Amino acid sequence: MIEVRGLTKRYGEKVAVDDLSFSVEPGKVTGFLGPNGAGKTTTMRVILGLDYPNRGTVTVKGKQYRELDKPMREVGALLDAKAVHGGRSAYNHLLCLAQTNNIPRRRIDEVLSLVGLTEVAKKRSKGFSLGMGQRLGIAGALLGDPSVLMFDEPVNGLDPEGIRWIRNLMKTLAAEGRTVFVSSHLMSEMENTADHLVVIGRGKLIADCTVSEFIAQNSTETVRVRTPQIDVLAKAVAAGGGTATSNGDGSLLVQGLSPERVGDIAFDSGVRLHELAPARASLEQAFMELTADSIEYQASAGQDGQGQAGPGAAAPVQQGSGGKQQVRAGEVG
Amino acid sequence: MATMATESGGLTALPAPSGRAGLLGTLRSEFTKIRSVRSTYWTMLVLLVVGIGLGALITGVAAARWNQMGIAERATFNPTRNSLVGLYFGQFVIVVLGTLTITSEYSTGMIRTSLTAMPRRGIMYVSKAAVFTVLALLIGLITSFAAFFLGQALLASTHDTTTLSGPNVLRAVIGGGLFIAVCGLFAYGIGAILRHTAGAISTAIGLLFVLPIVVNFLPASWSNDILRWLPSEGGLAIWNTRQVPHEFTAWGEFGVFLAYTAAILIAGFILFRKRDA
Repeated sequence: MIEVRGLTKRYGEKVAVDDLSFSVEPGKVTGFLGPNGAGKTTTMRVILGLDYPNRGTVTVKGKQYRELDKPMREVGALLDAKAVHGGRSAYNHLLCLAQTNNIPRRRIDEVLSLVGLTEVAKKRSKGFSLGMGQRLGIAGALLGDPSVLMFDEPVNGLDPEGIRWIRNLMKTLAAEGRTVFVSSHLMSEMENTADHLVVIGRGKLIADCTVSEFIAQNSTETVRVRTPQIDVLAKAVAAGGGTATSNGDGSLLVQGLSPERVGDIAFDSGVRLHELAPARASLEQAFMELTADSIEYQASAGQDGQGQAGPGAAAPVQQGSGGKQQVRAGEVG
Repeated sequence: MATMATESGGLTALPAPSGRAGLLGTLRSEFTKIRSVRSTYWTMLVLLVVGIGLGALITGVAAARWNQMGIAERATFNPTRNSLVGLYFGQFVIVVLGTLTITSEYSTGMIRTSLTAMPRRGIMYVSKAAVFTVLALLIGLITSFAAFFLGQALLASTHDTTTLSGPNVLRAVIGGGLFIAVCGLFAYGIGAILRHTAGAISTAIGLLFVLPIVVNFLPASWSNDILRWLPSEGGLAIWNTRQVPHEFTAWGEFGVFLAYTAAILIAGFILFRKRDA
């Protein structure tokens, strides 16, 4: 279990993480979500004792990372698949890690086999593909049979098979009762893997909730209705507390009412419906709306001529304030 | 990839952790690190070739032209110093290895993985230095003794050879090994401070090689007072059988070199612990 309390980390003038607090519970996959530059990696580095916080405390299983007796037996981390000496073989890389924590050698063969690198164990990791590098990093994380696992953007650069493998692995690890904390800038990735979400933007906490809560709170429920009596229905919907906007193709988009309620209103006002469909914004969209204003590096101009927003244009959207602005930045992911 | 497990099966349980990750495991880990990369073997091979080969070349040439050498030249000829002359260039080789021992962690990104496995940084810093020192001392002593014996064998025809029991000779030959080890540690400390391979190597060579040259260009009344305080002269004196004018004794000079090296190592230690990795 990981506890982050009031964490602030500055690099020179730049505030990378700003008074961030959250905790990561065992037994589930917690997604750590935010646009590039939001402070995810910095937070993970501080958790692992690689960087020192300016303020706040971070504990893993109740202790500061560097106070853990055998860190690899408690925490396994994959920060960066490139954080290996390329001139060293996969086996020797794992061996020098294992030796620091007195992990028996047989474990190295086991994790190599688990990640499918047995055949290249004696090869220098310089020649490894990105996917093989990720596997080597994961093998290192699993060496000490830790109860807490942290992965920073583990699926970056992986092929679909590798992505599926990592997803399954993370779920299995969580099902075994371990704490799994995984960062990503891709909502779609978390949608399929995570149980809980910690969303940050510009170093600040945006949301800390379950995936279903996140969807419920942040995606506006829209109901699409097609009817020959648009005007009548629009009025009835407005009277019923919803907002109806014409879609231009003879259908109405109703917000603020459930599909059941829209159907009831139509029935009560005697309006004939040709179509009634709930259209919920995807999680991806909810995430983009939430973080659109907190993206550190806005593209100066979208390829399709989308509007531009200055980096300091708006304060971060607070959780639950609804995601009604248009997505302004298409460059997330 | 051939096979992929879809769950963390296939792993047998580890014994419950006991004790605390500490110096012993980290020493073993650092030994694994240094023995598992090729640059270690290359630099050690080059050190042997340069350290032994140059001495052999110089003593071989001296033996060949011994008959043309005048009385004065023969009188100043130092068979120990000449056989060990390769160490002078060997220092650059060990500077490279000493630097790489720590800077390769940064250039490859391995430092992040290393410090995650062993977050008590002081232990890692000391372990790295200790493993490197043993290795450098070993290879330095092998080079020094081999160069000495080969040099004396090549000088046999001149009848101006010496043995380990000659005045100061054993100290000089062992000193050659110490010199190599301390040069490497000097560079290790600079590497820890700068965290950049090329920068650290240039700085170490600048301090050990360029600085004395610059000082030599100063008026003699100045340079005589300055030279004995330079780390380079301290290093060179310990493998010289003869006292250099205006300098401290061999051990005194070596003490100067050790003091500089200790200061740099301590600065590196503090920075290694304090800075973000």
